[in-house]
Amino acid sequence: MADALAQQRPAAAAASPLLKVADLEGWYGESHVLHGINFDVREGEVVTLLGRNGAGKTTTLKAIMGILAKRRGSITFDGKELIKLPARAIARLGVGYVPEERGIFASLSVDENLMLPPQVKPGGLSVDEIFQLFPNLRERRTSQGTKLSGGEQQMLSIGRILRTGAKMILLDEPTEGLAPVIVQQIGETLAKLKREGFTIVLVEQNFRFAASVADRHYVVEQGKVVDMILNEDLDASTEKLHAYLGV
Amino acid sequence: MFELLGIPPQALFGQLLLGLINGSFYAILSLGLAVIFGLLNIINFTHGAQYMLGAFVAWFLLQYLGIGYWWALIIAPIAVGITGVILERLMISKLYHLDHLYGLLLTFGIALVIQGLLRNEFGISGLPYSIPPQLAGGQNLGFMFLPNYRGWVVVASLVVCLATWFVIEKTRLGAYLRAATENPTLVGAFGINVPRLVTLTYGFGVALAAFAGVLAAPIYSVNPNMGAELIIVVFAVVVIGGMGSILGAIITGFGLGIIEGLTRVFYPEGSSVVIFVIMAIVLLIKPAGLFGRAA
Repeated sequence: MADALAQQRPAAAAASPLLKVADLEGWYGESHVLHGINFDVREGEVVTLLGRNGAGKTTTLKAIMGILAKRRGSITFDGKELIKLPARAIARLGVGYVPEERGIFASLSVDENLMLPPQVKPGGLSVDEIFQLFPNLRERRTSQGTKLSGGEQQMLSIGRILRTGAKMILLDEPTEGLAPVIVQQIGETLAKLKREGFTIVLVEQNFRFAASVADRHYVVEQGKVVDMILNEDLDASTEKLHAYLGV
Repeated sequence: MFELLGIPPQALFGQLLLGLINGSFYAILSLGLAVIFGLLNIINFTHGAQYMLGAFVAWFLLQYLGIGYWWALIIAPIAVGITGVILERLMISKLYHLDHLYGLLLTFGIALVIQGLLRNEFGISGLPYSIPPQLAGGQNLGFMFLPNYRGWVVVASLVVCLATWFVIEKTRLGAYLRAATENPTLVGAFGINVPRLVTLTYGFGVALAAFAGVLAAPIYSVNPNMGAELIIVVFAVVVIGGMGSILGAIITGFGLGIIEGLTRVFYPEGSSVVIFVIMAIVLLIKPAGLFGRAA
């Protein structure tokens, strides 16, 4: 599988990547959880990180975002090295983060939640465009953020990042615990964002969902990227993937 | 001359007014504590000393620079607020990764140092600070005599408390503050400078204390111990209202001042302990405080 990775990497590197993660290591306190993550994402691509629970996918996103306090290696975004930067500086470069737990604030209304992240780059979606994308939110503007349903909270969590003008979005398990009809709506949203040129790094357990939106898949195992599969090769690689994911 | 429940109205309203005055100070001070605790998770034991510093700065301004009350009302909170910013940057911020207890010990120690230094220099007999001439005298309301300055203290406190409430609950800046109180990591990941927000919030809470100190200067004499005496009651107010609740701090502050005043009318012996009795009862029945959200 290392060979497969080596063969495919030059193709990915042909257009210079928007995000390049090299030898990324990370720790939670004393516990060493990332052991050398390598992957890259080209502009306009949707890339997933697949892997079992605890493989280090969420931690990888946190390390890119600068939330993981202790990290080493190299993360370059748009030609800039992020490894030494605090989270707020990384956000200001145009990296948007949608956390797994959604991060909707209970003491803020839906409107306030939506308006909270400052605009970091020009060209973000307007509030009206966000409401066109997620019509449910419009009727709930004055509600307390956490009074929304799980699906609405996920939409709010994605929507507020689209306002900021961030061109790359780190999306952590957006479909977790949601009804199929909501999952479908979020899938359509991601497809639309991809058409509009957003670059998305998606952590996903829902394999079928991942396959429906992504260009490429990186497999994470025990804090390392062990394989890369193009979406069009997915059918041919089913067996291999099942072995990785233990399904 | 009418009487209410056997109490002459002058005595009743006089004590009610006194209660309202005390309540004004309770409200501003517990509001500052609540704002600071909400975001910093630190129980700011320096608060009483910072209130006292506000009064001292007003006195210094008048004594050495000839700057009067109205300017002091603006300058003292800013000056003391800046000392708060420096204190937070240099010392308090080093303790955020530790247990709350360390912040409490540090701020308590700093309060003792500030009070000790000023006590050494000025003694404890108190320095006079006169009421500004515009607010001298009073109004005869028929049922009682209202000194103008005391009326002003109540109005000014209410305005400052409500303005603070408005900023925190209704503005963009307040939304940052509330969000950072809930989840500072995520707010930082949106590109907001949370450490700076924390520093400014501490400075603002301290400035509120100093503002109360200037208001207090003409009523109580300017004394190094004035904060230490008051702050114990204010902590009881904060416990009753619930740590971290903005509106709770304001309502509880004024409410308990009034209750204290009424107690002084109907059962004077109980007036100095009534707030602590209420605190004990609240702790037993609703430990998070009347307006507190259970953790």
